[in-house]
This record gives sequence, structure tokens and C-alpha cells, in this order.
Amino acid sequence: MEADVHNTNAPVENGSLAPVDRLRHERSDSPTPGLVEGTEPGAGQDSAMFVHAQSFEDLTADDGEQEQELSEEGTDGTLETQEQESGESRDGGGESGEAQDTQAEEEQEDEEAQSSGGRDKEEDVTSEAWRRHRKHVFVLSEAGKPIYSRYGTEEALSSTMGVMMALVSFVEAEKNVIRSIHAEDYKVVFLRKSPLVLVGVSRTRQSERELTRELLYIYYQIISLLTLTQLNHIFQHKQNYDLRRLLAGSEHLTDNLLRLLDRDPGLLLSAVTCLPLPSSSRDVISSSLQAAKAKSLVFSILLAGNRLVTLVRKKDQFLHHMDLHLLFNLVGSSSSFREGEGWTPICLPKFNTAGFFHAHISYLEPASDLCLILVSTDREDFFNLSDCKRRFLERLRRRSAYQALQEALRTPSYSVSQVGIAELRHFVYKSKSSGLYTSPEIPIPYQSEEEQERLMGLYQYLHSCMHHPTRPLRSIYRCGERENLLAWVTSGFELYLCFSPLGTKEQAMAAISKLLKWIRKEEDRLFILSPQTY
Amino acid sequence: MAERRGKGAGEARSDPRGKSGMLRVKMVLLGSSGVGKSSLALRFSKDDFKDSAPTVGCAYLTQLVCLHDATLRFEIWDTAGQEKYHSVTPLYYRGAQAALIVYDISNRESFMRAQLWLKELEKQYVPGETVVGLVANKSDLSSSRQVSLQEGRSLAENKGLLFMETSAKSGNQVSELLLDIAHRVKLSSREDKGLAEWREADCVDMHREGRPRPLSSCCLTIGL
Repeated sequence: MEADVHNTNAPVENGSLAPVDRLRHERSDSPTPGLVEGTEPGAGQDSAMFVHAQSFEDLTADDGEQEQELSEEGTDGTLETQEQESGESRDGGGESGEAQDTQAEEEQEDEEAQSSGGRDKEEDVTSEAWRRHRKHVFVLSEAGKPIYSRYGTEEALSSTMGVMMALVSFVEAEKNVIRSIHAEDYKVVFLRKSPLVLVGVSRTRQSERELTRELLYIYYQIISLLTLTQLNHIFQHKQNYDLRRLLAGSEHLTDNLLRLLDRDPGLLLSAVTCLPLPSSSRDVISSSLQAAKAKSLVFSILLAGNRLVTLVRKKDQFLHHMDLHLLFNLVGSSSSFREGEGWTPICLPKFNTAGFFHAHISYLEPASDLCLILVSTDREDFFNLSDCKRRFLERLRRRSAYQALQEALRTPSYSVSQVGIAELRHFVYKSKSSGLYTSPEIPIPYQSEEEQERLMGLYQYLHSCMHHPTRPLRSIYRCGERENLLAWVTSGFELYLCFSPLGTKEQAMAAISKLLKWIRKEEDRLFILSPQTY
Repeated sequence: MAERRGKGAGEARSDPRGKSGMLRVKMVLLGSSGVGKSSLALRFSKDDFKDSAPTVGCAYLTQLVCLHDATLRFEIWDTAGQEKYHSVTPLYYRGAQAALIVYDISNRESFMRAQLWLKELEKQYVPGETVVGLVANKSDLSSSRQVSLQEGRSLAENKGLLFMETSAKSGNQVSELLLDIAHRVKLSSREDKGLAEWREADCVDMHREGRPRPLSSCCLTIGL
């Protein structure tokens, strides 16, 4: 890769591009693992809800050029740039290297309870505990000014961030781009998104590419608050602007997003999961939402917790998963929408990095988990949208579907035992054409926070093997002491399975078609098969 | 004052119909981040207190306040104090009948910011048209007080503002504040009744916001 390539790589504003309609209208009756896209269980019938992409690679295409180059895993202490200066790599490695003797992998992170929105920023950045965090994320400006740190205050880290910027600049001076530093267990990943620089320091097993993608999420999170236009404008006028001024009060959004990245398979798979609901009820809800439209409305989204109930979009406008995840994160990390109706400007960066949408966000009922997001183009349209909500709710309450919805809220997930496959503990299945995934509730051995993150870590590992930039795999079976794993990817779906360690490979292979049959049987309930437009 | 207390905000909710119709009052809460605007709004509308994360954008809440001769429907715009949302804040104070500028008595900076908010607001309103209140919140933190009662009061007196020291956390003086505003809004609306051209402008304003609401039939749009 040439040094400056990534700079010209402005975000692709392909949000409004219609998806290629490659959906097959005939749905096969007995799925087999060779299914093509569009006929796999969970595939939408008419058109997609989301920006359509053929692959994970497309969905994250923003830094695609960079990724193409990420061919080889670096060895310890190697600075991964094109033409290497090894002396410097030691500098970079040493930064995090001092903490590397801590090997307790599963140690509980002393992460504060975030639900109240408070964050413990007072952490001592010279302490061992600070160094031991599994994943650090730093955001800085090109002038080297700290903008965000996941742990500890930015002030305390200004010299550290200065070093990071020095590394970036030093390599750039040689017409090159620094991408990562590998030092023993640590990976230091750099993402340069002018006018910001994002740095991740991780000792998880995630690939460099996965880490870069997570940084990209953080970048978009910041864009969603400010727009890229505004961000560029600010730094063009004042290079050493302290962006924290503008991001003040929003750190918890980034904190929460990082937590989702560690735990939510949806962000890993670029997919969204749905609230299981009989399709007849879902259709009624969708059509009620469809009827409550306004001129300025672009998307109406009904959520139950972090699950999608339905999404209605303007014809020819598609939402990108990343944008939807940012909306999920906004709703999930702010309590204020519970008390009144929220009205906020928000940029959906995958749709358009230049401007704000205005979102009306409210819970249907005070104690309910059902949250309605109405995305509008008109910042003065609050009362119109408030009325849309009222009409939707009125219409919905008259229908029996509302009872069905309340019923479904009581069991927002399902147990893996319903599938009836011996030794199967958990799975994640993503239908590529619909961009939706389904997964049972986390089973007992993985319910603790660390175990849940460990399971996610295993899926992340499988995912990175399947999507390896140069050696992508179709399937992988991995025996471990604590569980056996199987991943299977076709052009139609991605499937990740977790079995008890007592299971055999034969059982696992047999489980695939059995599971696909079950998903096919349940797809009406688990997926949104007929997305609506206004 | 006794009469006012007797008709606290919580009680008001049960009686939606005033004798002389309903006044709709657009009220906006302004002030820097973390001074307790959302907590005040929550006290106003639900008489509740919760620790809350910073407001995203703006929150809209409503509350009915019954005075002995009228019912006021407060439409409260709780704005975010964060700088990034300042560009959209004028949307909310434009056409407001009441504006509360809130600061935190334990935070000097927020008091300075309150004065900036006041300047900003003065550009937008004609004195007498909007009831402006200066609210010194977090009176429960008087042990770490950085802004004296006198300072706040004299600023308010200089500018002719309503002044109240409140605690959204304990609820102290919150319903009194709302009632006080209600009385003043009521009063100024009565004064304006003769000014037909002003009313007209206001009607158009309401229409612009376009809201077919269930309450609109009994709403008497008397503006300021």
C-alpha cells in the first residue's frame, strides 16, 4: 500500500444505493449447507431492509484498501509497515510491553457499572490495574491532542498520546503508514481517519483487522455526534482544538459501544437480531408503523431492548448495520428517553457523513422495553413525529398483535434445547441476504460476564479465520478443553456453533443440517421476512 | 404562598380541566451540562428523581398545572447542556413563554455560563414577553456551595428575573418554582389579552408547529 492511499479514502457514502436485487423468490424446502444467498433460512422475501452487501468485506469496505494489505501476522516486536525500521518498533512495543508479564487471562476487569452513566475516570494510569485492561482505546487529534481514552483521564495520558502521534508522524514522514505493532501478547492497532487518529491496544486474540474494525466503529460513533463536515471544519480552523469540549457528556456512548463490541455478536457479524414474534403479529405492527408516516420520515424503527421488532423505511433508502448499531447504542446508553420524548440530531455516517438526521426517540410506555425511533430529515418536525408515534400506538393498541407483542417481550429469547441437538450449547446464525442473525440465550456455563466475553472471543476468533483477508475459510472445526467449535460459511449464511467438549466432529457436522432445518421451520418467528416501506 | 403550595404539581395532574380553558405554555430549560435540568424536568413532570446520564439532544415532557382560575399545560423542553447541541438550542427557546436558566450552586463555572445563556436569550426575546427564571439548583449541596444565595438573587433582580433556589434531588422548592412561573405566565397572558395582533402572531406560531393533539379542542391559545 502506498503511504497516502488511505487519506484519499474518504468514507463511501453509499447509504442510499439500492441493493442489488439478487434475492431468489423461490425458497427451497429443505435447506442444505450449500445454499445460495437469498434462499437461506431467514432470507427476506421481497427486498432487503439494510444496505445490501455481498460480504463482510463489503460491509466494512471503508478501510478496504488497508485491509487488503494486512496479509501476514506480525511476529513479536515487529512494526507492521511497508518498509520497516526495527529500532522504532521497540519503542512502540515497549510502551505496552512493560505490562505484558501479567498473564491472568480471565481476570475480571474492574470495569465500573456503567448503567448509571457514571464512569470512573480517576483511574491511575501508572497503575498495574490500568495496564491490565484487556483492550484500551485512544482517540487523538492529528495535533496529538487527547480526545478519548477508554480508561483513565485524557489529561493523564496526554504524553502517551503524544508518543502515539509521534509514531504515526514518524512513519508518515517516510511516506508510509503505520498499521500495527505486535509485542508479545499485545497488538497496537492504528487507524488514521483524518482529522482523527484512533489507537487500540489489545491483548485479546482478535485479529488486527477485527481491532481496526472496532476502531472504525468508534470513529463513526464520533461522526454520528458531530458529522464529518463539522469535524473537518473545526480542525481546519484550529488544528489544536480540544475536541473533548464537543464530545463532553457523550463519553458514555463510546464506553457503551466498546462494551457492545466485546459482547454483542451483531456488531461482529454486521447483523441485527430480532425479537421472536409470530409473523402475523409482526406484519400488523409493521403496517401500523407504515400507516403512521410523515413526509419527513425516513426510517421508523421499533426496538425491544437490543432486538429489532420491525423497521419501516422510505422506499429506496436503506439503513446500514453500523448506523443501526449506533442508534441501538444511543438508545441503550441513555436513560433520558424514558422520561420524556427525545429529539436529537444524529448523523448516520454510513448514510451520509455530511448532515444530521433528527431522531424522535421514545418508549411506547413508561415501563416498557419497546422503544420507537423515528428518523426524520426535518429538525422542526418534532410535533409531527410525536403525532406519528401517538397514531401508531393508538392503532396498535386496538389490535390483538399488541398482546402478542407484550407476550413476546416476556420471552425475548429462546433456549438452545428447543432445537433438540445433543451437545449443542449455543450458536449464532446469520442470514446474509437479510442481514439478520439469530442466536439462543447464553447457556449456563457462559452466563457470567467473563465467560460471556470469552465465548464472544471464541466467535471472534472463528470469524477472523473465516474472513481472513488472504486465506478465507469455508469451515473450521476446533476442539478445545472447554468446548468444541464449528464455523460454517456459505454464500447464503454464516453459522457458528459451540458444542460441549464431549461432542464429536461427526455429531457437529450432522448438527448443521438439523439446525438449518429448525431455523427454516422457525424463520417466520425469528426473522423479518417481509420488510416494509412507506 | 399557602394557596400555591396546596396546588402542587403532583396534585395538578388529576384535574385536567381548568375553569377558563387551558393555556399552553412552552417552557425551555437552559444551562450548562450537569446542573440538573433533566432532574428538574423530571420533578416537574413526575415528581421523581433518578440519577441520569447526560441528555441527548433534547427531551420533551408535559405537565398540567392547575391554578384556581386556569389550567396550564406546560410543554417542557429539557435541552442538553453540552456544547455540541448549542446550534440547535434556539429551536427550543424560540417562541417560549417561559425560560429557566439553571445553574449549580456548587459549581461557579455553571453560574458564569448561566449569565452567557441569559445574554443569548436576551437577544431573542422582548422583555416582558417571556417569563425568565434563574434557578439555583442543587441546594442540597450547600456544604460545597460556590455561588452564594445573594449573588444569584442580585443577578436576578438586576435583570428582573424570577429567582428560586431549588433541589431537584430532594424536591425542595421545585413545585413552588413551577407554580410561581405558572402564575406569572398567567398574569402576562392576561395583560396581553388586549393586544390582538400579538395573539394572532402566536396563533400562527402554534399552527406552524402543526399539532393535531387531543387537547387542542379545549385549548385556548393565548400567547404573549
